[in-house]
Amino acid sequence: MSKQIKVDYLARVEGEGALDIKVKDGEIQSLQLRIFEPPRFFQGFLVGRKFDEVPGIVSRICGICPAAHQVTSIMALEDAMGIKVTRQTQDLRRLLALSQYIQSHTLHIYMLAAPDFLGYESVMAMAADYKPVVERALKLKRLGNDLTACIGGREVHPVTAAINGFTKVPAKKELEGFKQKLLAAKEDALETVKLVNTFPIPDFTRDCEHVALSQGSVYALNEGNLVSTKGLHISAWQYRSHIQEKQEVHSSALHSYVVGRNSFMVGPLPRVNLNFDLLSEDAKKAAAETGVSFPNFNPFYSALARAIELVDAVDQSIEIIDRLELREEDTSFEIKGGQGFALTEAPRGTLYHSYIINEQGIVEEADIVPPTAHNVNNMEKDLWQFVPGVLDLSHEEATLRCEMVVRNYDPCISCSAHFLKLNISEV
Amino acid sequence: MTAKPKIAVYKMSSCAGCQLEILNLEHVLLDVINAVDLSYFVMARRDSEPGPYQIGLVEGAVTCGEEIEKLKQARKECETLVALGSCACYGGLPSIKNWTPQRVVESRVYENPAAIHSTTAYGIDYYVAVDAYLKGCPINKEELVEFIKSALLGAKPYLRPHSVCVECKLYENVCVAVSEDIPCMGPVTTAGCGALCPANHKACDGCRGPADDTNAKSLAQTFKEHGLNPGDIKRKFHKFAGMTPEFDKGADIL
Repeated sequence: MSKQIKVDYLARVEGEGALDIKVKDGEIQSLQLRIFEPPRFFQGFLVGRKFDEVPGIVSRICGICPAAHQVTSIMALEDAMGIKVTRQTQDLRRLLALSQYIQSHTLHIYMLAAPDFLGYESVMAMAADYKPVVERALKLKRLGNDLTACIGGREVHPVTAAINGFTKVPAKKELEGFKQKLLAAKEDALETVKLVNTFPIPDFTRDCEHVALSQGSVYALNEGNLVSTKGLHISAWQYRSHIQEKQEVHSSALHSYVVGRNSFMVGPLPRVNLNFDLLSEDAKKAAAETGVSFPNFNPFYSALARAIELVDAVDQSIEIIDRLELREEDTSFEIKGGQGFALTEAPRGTLYHSYIINEQGIVEEADIVPPTAHNVNNMEKDLWQFVPGVLDLSHEEATLRCEMVVRNYDPCISCSAHFLKLNISEV
Repeated sequence: MTAKPKIAVYKMSSCAGCQLEILNLEHVLLDVINAVDLSYFVMARRDSEPGPYQIGLVEGAVTCGEEIEKLKQARKECETLVALGSCACYGGLPSIKNWTPQRVVESRVYENPAAIHSTTAYGIDYYVAVDAYLKGCPINKEELVEFIKSALLGAKPYLRPHSVCVECKLYENVCVAVSEDIPCMGPVTTAGCGALCPANHKACDGCRGPADDTNAKSLAQTFKEHGLNPGDIKRKFHKFAGMTPEFDKGADIL
């Protein structure tokens, strides 16, 4: 008996992907997570552009986490030119990243994932029965967006982050205005953890390597080394010696793997697993109250990890706002040629940028690996193990379950398509 | 009760930032979905309602054959077709690749470029008739709301014809070009962003494309007089809207 699970255009993910699984006599014959987003060539057309254009250009890789691409490119370029930034700049970049966590995590939890678990096709359909829940989501998401706009000038493709600082530093008073809103949002974030904890979670655990940045004293976002649950411990400049991609005959997407090992997972769940102790006290407490134990290797708990990070992001933002003095700083620097590397934790997971620039500051080479590119291989591996368990369900239910496996990762396909090496081989 | 007007959101080659701006309308989102039906919106919905649709919002540049087909279908099923954002208006940032031979760009990214079939990046009006252009990278979401309201009322939407310079004056920004010699694209770029970049102490990047009656050549000449080399000037004009004749003229300086 043969069976086919086919999703031609995956919904509630960013970008264009499809899923095609063929099963015969209970055995998977083929399984493809196809990326049909057309190639976008960012690495190709960055060559020949000037270094100070790079943050604005790479921002357009992704409309959902533009600040992550901006700041990562900036850090890589600073690394190339030997620039060390001030504590204030580090703090503002961190706050910018946190604001994007609040926006992006809320978007995913409530608008992209929750409808699956609560039995709706979309958040719009959910709004009729869950109005207060949807209103809470809109409030939280707006707060994240407002905070991004306060620091960056605008929520989608912010403009102020620059090499060696910010073109404009927000006024202290303006940022302080966010403190009350964040304190109020804390309750909403805690409610989010409780809500996500009511989602029915499939019993599914897969032993795979979880990878995230880690640093001894803070919950790593823009700092630290890349570590894993299987002993990886590297700096950004060592990335290419340890993480590589290969083409799979049956897949259109390049598959990321740890050299000498296998596919791996990046994102909120690996971060929470690897850096649990560095979450804010209230985030840890909220996590403990769910009764779910970490480290946890059920990918369906990704939404819960996101919710826990939401609490942490609110707490950390308040802490940074309290600490920041905020003054305009000298952002001048000398242009130097060189090669630079940076790793950060974007909302969806580890993001890698590396550039070679010449003495005139013109880009000669660019290498960018976004979180979804890291995860595609692992999504397929999850599905290989997951699919046999859902074959007895109705076709519709099995399809939904498989889509959920992909949506756990909050994939951002436009991001990954700028680099995906399409393997369209003739058969 | 009459049925709500149906809106479709299509995606070509893009970052999804313009369609995200719809979900970023938090303060009015529930009102919006009371007034219109977001019938086809794959990023937010699992079930789609079939066309025809009153308004089609198309995000992204057209960069491959499949997208041309998809776009023609969109034109067929939508009464009003809107280019949503600078990629759809002009080809946007993806059009930077057009200035280098396609094979060279491909081989920088792909091991096996023979498997790639990417075409010159164009705005959607290269292939189909377009009824309105919402410019910007990303769009200004308030402009989108204004547009939808006008469409529902049968009124002509107000889309700004003037340049970013006008908005700088309105907001009383200090001119970054005059006061600090920052090479700003504001004089030739369509307003509607609230002069965001100059207000944040940086040059306008030209992301909203050419304003009406611009003289890009004259601005390019001014850039040259202020010490920019031809490469710098080319990069400024061949960026978000390099495929427009107006900005291409600016890039054409020797």
